[in-house]
Amino acid sequence: MFDLLFERAPDGRLYGEWLLSGLFWTLALAGLGWAIAFVVGVAVGVARTRAGGAAAVAARLYVELFRNIPLLVQLFLWYFVLPELLPAAAGTWLKQMPPPWGAFLPALLCLGFYTAARVAEQVRAGIEALPRGQGEAAAALGLSRATVFRRILLPQALRMIVPTLTSEVMNIYKNTSVALTIGVIELTAQARQISETTFQTFAAFGWATVIYLALALVAYQAMELVDRRLQIPGLQPARPAKLRARSLFARARSWFARARFVGAGERS
Amino acid sequence: MSGIDFSVVWQAAPYLWAGLTFTLSLTVAAFLIGISVGTLLAIAQHLQVPVLAPLARIYVAVMRSIPLIMVLFWFFFLMPVVVGYVTGSPRPVPVGAHATAYITFGLFEAAYYCEIIRAGLRAVPRGQYEACRAMSMSPFLTYRLVILPQVLRAVGPIVLNQTIVLFQDTSLVYVLSLTDLLGAAAKMAQINGRLVEMYLAAALIYLVISTLASQIVTMLKRRSWR
Amino acid sequence: MMFRQTFLPVAVLAAIGLSSAAAAATLDKIKSTGTLTLGYRESSVPFSYLGADQKPVGLSIDLCAAVAEAVKAKLAMPGLKVAMTPVNASNRIPLIQNGTVDLECGSTTNTADRQKQVAFSVATFVSQPSWLTMAASGISDLAGLKGKTVVVTQGSLNYALAQKITKENNLDLVFVQAKDQAESLLMLRTGRAAGWFEDRILQAGLAASAPDPKAFKFLPGQFGGFDYYGLMFAKDDPDFKAVVDGAIRAQMASGAFAKLYEKWFTQPIPPNGQNLSLPMGEALRARVAAPSDALTP
Repeated sequence: MFDLLFERAPDGRLYGEWLLSGLFWTLALAGLGWAIAFVVGVAVGVARTRAGGAAAVAARLYVELFRNIPLLVQLFLWYFVLPELLPAAAGTWLKQMPPPWGAFLPALLCLGFYTAARVAEQVRAGIEALPRGQGEAAAALGLSRATVFRRILLPQALRMIVPTLTSEVMNIYKNTSVALTIGVIELTAQARQISETTFQTFAAFGWATVIYLALALVAYQAMELVDRRLQIPGLQPARPAKLRARSLFARARSWFARARFVGAGERS
Repeated sequence: MSGIDFSVVWQAAPYLWAGLTFTLSLTVAAFLIGISVGTLLAIAQHLQVPVLAPLARIYVAVMRSIPLIMVLFWFFFLMPVVVGYVTGSPRPVPVGAHATAYITFGLFEAAYYCEIIRAGLRAVPRGQYEACRAMSMSPFLTYRLVILPQVLRAVGPIVLNQTIVLFQDTSLVYVLSLTDLLGAAAKMAQINGRLVEMYLAAALIYLVISTLASQIVTMLKRRSWR
Repeated sequence: MMFRQTFLPVAVLAAIGLSSAAAAATLDKIKSTGTLTLGYRESSVPFSYLGADQKPVGLSIDLCAAVAEAVKAKLAMPGLKVAMTPVNASNRIPLIQNGTVDLECGSTTNTADRQKQVAFSVATFVSQPSWLTMAASGISDLAGLKGKTVVVTQGSLNYALAQKITKENNLDLVFVQAKDQAESLLMLRTGRAAGWFEDRILQAGLAASAPDPKAFKFLPGQFGGFDYYGLMFAKDDPDFKAVVDGAIRAQMASGAFAKLYEKWFTQPIPPNGQNLSLPMGEALRARVAAPSDALTP
């Protein structure tokens, strides 16, 4: 399995380099997509908290639309359908965009706007979880609506929803693999290519899986740190206490102890 | 490719309907498998059953760390080997593509249902377990009669929301060239060349079903909280 | 969590070990299970695809039927069951390697790299890659593609060849890659690519079943060498290879192969009665006269 990484591909590069280049595009999609998702998601989320008006309705429609169509279908809409609906010149320009941008850009927009709808719902939940008095007090002090959100509500709400936001980061990272269907040669697509060329299917997919797992593992650890750093004492929603890392042996002993206890009860 | 003509969608309707039927049956089957396996995984972790609990944790962590497309590929390779091993057959047993899809989505979603149910289990006050034990109930009865009914009720809306996500995720079987709703739309688009109409129709069908389902979940949530 | 997840690479490695250890004697296995399992492709026109009633049909399917008869004769088991299992590009190798599928009846190109993993029968078809364009684009030769965007299917063996062609002819082609052949054709048809470089037979099959077969145009000329298709099975099993090759050689010697070829390549085929109109080329004629699994003419 290790040999595969150092075998030379028909294009002169090593298969390990194929995987690395796939990883690069996976991370580029995830990183830039997250930037879009965060900015759009916060804006839509804030609009969702307004009591009425066109902005609130538009925000609601946005969330419903982007949450209720499968990601893959949305990707096809961006890639195949949008250029046909635009004026001919714009559509042709989109279609003729040089690779890899012709596929990368639709994939990026798709992932960004899809994830934004989910971020928006988290942001809304965060703002609505804050005591109403905060916004009212700030307004009473004569702060403008924008300032109230920017200075008072959003900083608290965002820090509160960090745990759910980090899991959205993980989702966008995993969702990037969908982009292979429109020809972005990201990590999963590279694994497929290597498998087709060498027929070493297990090794190709094995390596891609190991890379996905290793990165996810690093990301989870980093997020745990971020979560802890950004917690607001007293305002954090009750999070389940982490199970203490007990040794397998201690765990087995306590389990048997409990089982015995229950068993003894039955007999009496 | 000029002019939009939705009459082609009517011509393709029987084919799309067959695709939708597969999408829905895949959703239902995966839900049933997922919720049963997920509950067992959650209980194994909750009871800290030796060997099983850490295995369940690894399983859940792995499933949640790799893309669904990757999981689909792996299951399609490994299913014959695993089925052969489980049934005691000396060699791999061929498993049909549809059956593989049912099992794959079921086992994949099990990881997500497991996390939801585990959170629900932790929310049940300790006193209840102790009370059951005091009444000499076996762990099996404790879970079946006391704990699980409460938990499933409490996490019901979350489970249903996850199922709507599952309904949308089933579209990924397209990658394996199975004919679900999206696959049917894509194949029709290749045959009649009207991809704008076919993809828009597929998107609309998904949108209507998912939106309706989420409205129902919201209604249920309100009713059970009052 | 950290130490737990280190188990996974180990598990992956174990799975790989499992798969490569399974190269057993295919004939013994067929005998003991009483079943020969054939793998088929669902959309590899006209080699192996689903016909009108969703049953697999095609040249490779017919050849595999002949192989099945030979296996029955060899094992003296007239009641041998023949099972059909669908395979796709992603799972066919693992399924052959782990013994789920005994013989793939598809359109798989024989290469030296692939022979390290699986074995191939004598060549059943000879393919050459070609450029397909839209007739309306007015491109009439290779030079007409200069500076344009062209599509190659992901994982296609023709990618490296296409890169070589663009370098040698200073074409400055820009490459996009589509998920599968059907999507490559879609790229061409929606104007995302001006040309599609692929095995000509695959292009012909897809173009023939498109709503507008006349809208496509092959560029004249020959591009690169020959690709030899073969039936695929587990490697290091000379006994099974002898049976498979023997059955195909017999078909070629008796003229039955030539009739099968005509049936699938020069006459209307299911499901829609399209006609590929591709008479047998010189290279395949040579292989029919002298069957071989060599990679070069």
